[in-house]
Amino acid sequence: MILRGLGLAGLAILGLKKSFGTVDVLKGIDLEIREGEFISFLGPSGCGKSTLLRCIAGLEELTEGAIQLGGREITDLPSAKRDIAMVFQNYALYPHMNVRKNMAFGLSLNGMPGVEIDTRVRNAAEILRITELLDRKPRQLSGGQRQRVAIGRAITRQPKLFLLDEPLSNLDASLRVTMRAELSALHDRLGVTMIYVTHDQVEAMTLSDRVVVLDKGRVAQFGHPLELFHRPANLFVAGFIGSPQMNFLTAKVEGQTADSITVSLNGAALTIPTLGHAPVDPARPVTLGIRPDRLEIADEGQLTGTIRLAERLGTENHLHIALSSGGSVVVITDGTHPARAGDQVKLRIPPADAHVFDADGIALPRRLDAATEALISEPEGPADPA
Amino acid sequence: MTDARRISSRRLPGLAPWLFISPWILGFFLFTLGPMIFSLIMSLHDWPVVGERKFIWFDNYTTMLTQDPRFWESLGITAKFALVFVPLNIALSFLLAVLLNVKVRGTSLFRTAFYLPSIISGVALVMIWKWIYSKDYGLLNYGLSLLGVDGPNWLGDPNWSILAIIIASLWGLGGTMLILLAGLQSIPKELYEAARVSGVPAWAQTVYITIPMLSPMLLFTFITSLISAFQQLTIALLLTKGGPTNSTYFFAMYIYDNAFKFHDMGYAAAMSWVMFLIILTLSVLVLKYSAAWVHYEGEAKGGGNG
Ligand SMILES: Nc1ncnc2c1ncn2[C@@H]1O[C@H](COP(=O)(O)OP(=O)(O)OP(=O)(O)O)[C@@H](O)[C@H]1O
Ligand SMILES: [Mg+2]
Repeated sequence: MILRGLGLAGLAILGLKKSFGTVDVLKGIDLEIREGEFISFLGPSGCGKSTLLRCIAGLEELTEGAIQLGGREITDLPSAKRDIAMVFQNYALYPHMNVRKNMAFGLSLNGMPGVEIDTRVRNAAEILRITELLDRKPRQLSGGQRQRVAIGRAITRQPKLFLLDEPLSNLDASLRVTMRAELSALHDRLGVTMIYVTHDQVEAMTLSDRVVVLDKGRVAQFGHPLELFHRPANLFVAGFIGSPQMNFLTAKVEGQTADSITVSLNGAALTIPTLGHAPVDPARPVTLGIRPDRLEIADEGQLTGTIRLAERLGTENHLHIALSSGGSVVVITDGTHPARAGDQVKLRIPPADAHVFDADGIALPRRLDAATEALISEPEGPADPA
Repeated sequence: MTDARRISSRRLPGLAPWLFISPWILGFFLFTLGPMIFSLIMSLHDWPVVGERKFIWFDNYTTMLTQDPRFWESLGITAKFALVFVPLNIALSFLLAVLLNVKVRGTSLFRTAFYLPSIISGVALVMIWKWIYSKDYGLLNYGLSLLGVDGPNWLGDPNWSILAIIIASLWGLGGTMLILLAGLQSIPKELYEAARVSGVPAWAQTVYITIPMLSPMLLFTFITSLISAFQQLTIALLLTKGGPTNSTYFFAMYIYDNAFKFHDMGYAAAMSWVMFLIILTLSVLVLKYSAAWVHYEGEAKGGGNG
């Protein structure tokens, strides 16, 4: 199979399926990852992130499909021959070996000369600032230090591809933020392709060049972090990315042109620009999506409702509003907004901020303003040597 | 209810905990410490089952060490047995545990099968082995004859009898195996996956990961095997009665004979104390020198997720 646009160490996953017995966990995954990219696999628990990562690592056999790394078929290669390194969620450090031994163990058993091993261990230790810990056992380390050792062990392998399975999930919140920054710096420094599994969208959004959102064993969307936010491909991604969740309202199609759609919501008509879309079946209802921070409390609006709960967070308020037409929405207002629980409010949906999903949950491509469009357009191959 | 509270809080503060722990304390004094002290006193006496008891200081001990060749002989046989039995017991248990830890169909059936001998009564076991070892009608020699080998008289030949007992004793390795199997299953599988990713071959995973991680269990089974080797009695007693020509006359059997055949309770008690001291010394030595190779995860503070 010929790969398009892949750098030397690019990773291609072609029609990957994986079943455990009768349970289909991965149902056909196709991905092309460029050399040097930082990629996150993001999705809810049980969607198959770890399984996909383990398939790439060679820890699980594929049921179907192929994997290529650097243009080389690695589908049937044993893990050790794949030029990869993996960091496990619980670190998987050998508890009876000191840090130095933990990092050197695999290398020395592969017949690498001691001098070379020493250099690599020392380099990795310096990069991660764990030089003074080299003679300690894992149990004498803090969580963050253990995590560094686990990453150090991966670095010493000098792999083409780093695989990290929720490496920060065992750390406390502040350490997670620190380690996140360090991982990002490490990626810049090594310039090597990294795949990072997480169910924390903040991690995925902040670290990644591109994010793979997985839903029940399928790729729901693969793109730039902000693209997922501003132009989610379907209801799943729209609901998964962003917190609090996007509000969804059912609407009726009233009319459409090539690049706009008019829907009615409680009798009020709303014309939403699109980037050009295939005609939508007017007989079936569509879903209108609007992010909580884009809904406006106004004198005139398409929606009316009663505030049930007002959460004041200081900088902003989260207002939970029961709509008079049924259902409920969340609105984020400025922290000084006077609205209180029990108040009757009118809500306005700015048409340009609305998302429209057809009856199958697929998004109509959104028209964005130039500034946002520039933000989400993918940077050209991050590690492109040119 | 109110009475009890009054007793514990006013008249006898601190009584309640003692009441709670009393079943164990009573048991310990009545059935463990009591008999031990009693046997120690016994061992300083000439103590026939019937007749007059006489306090003779350490005469039993000096007789044993200086004038009783049978003491040394039986101790030698026991040591020889232990020397072969202990390593074999652990090695085979380890091997079986590793095999049973592999996820294949029917594993649980095999686990049960290997553990079964451990729950069968020792006497029944011996009867089976008697039949297996029988020179002319035995299963073992029949099997050997199929291979064209003329099997020895397992239980009647002094050169083979101890081996026969070692093999029969190994039949009960289910307990040891189970401990090691439990140990194997508590090793996080990510350690092996990490090793696989770094290209560590299977043999090295066993040597450098499995064995060190299993070392506390190996140490435990080493000591319990040592103890059971020194206490070896039932199988030898029922299978060979110490024969032929005393080739399986174990130390524990000599104690048994002194007590119940020669009715010299004092001497038997003294021998029991010697056995106790030997086992104690060996265990202490093993524990002392094990620090170098035993890895305890438990020392870790907050290392639970590692
Ligand atoms: N060895 C296995 N045998 C059977 N089913 C498995 C096995 N491993 C994973 N699964 C199933 O595959 C699905 C995906 O599991 P996976 O571990 O990939 O999820 P995940 O996305 O990593 O979730 P989490 O965020 O909780 O780690 C789950 O439903 C799980 O039950
Ligand atoms: Mg997972």
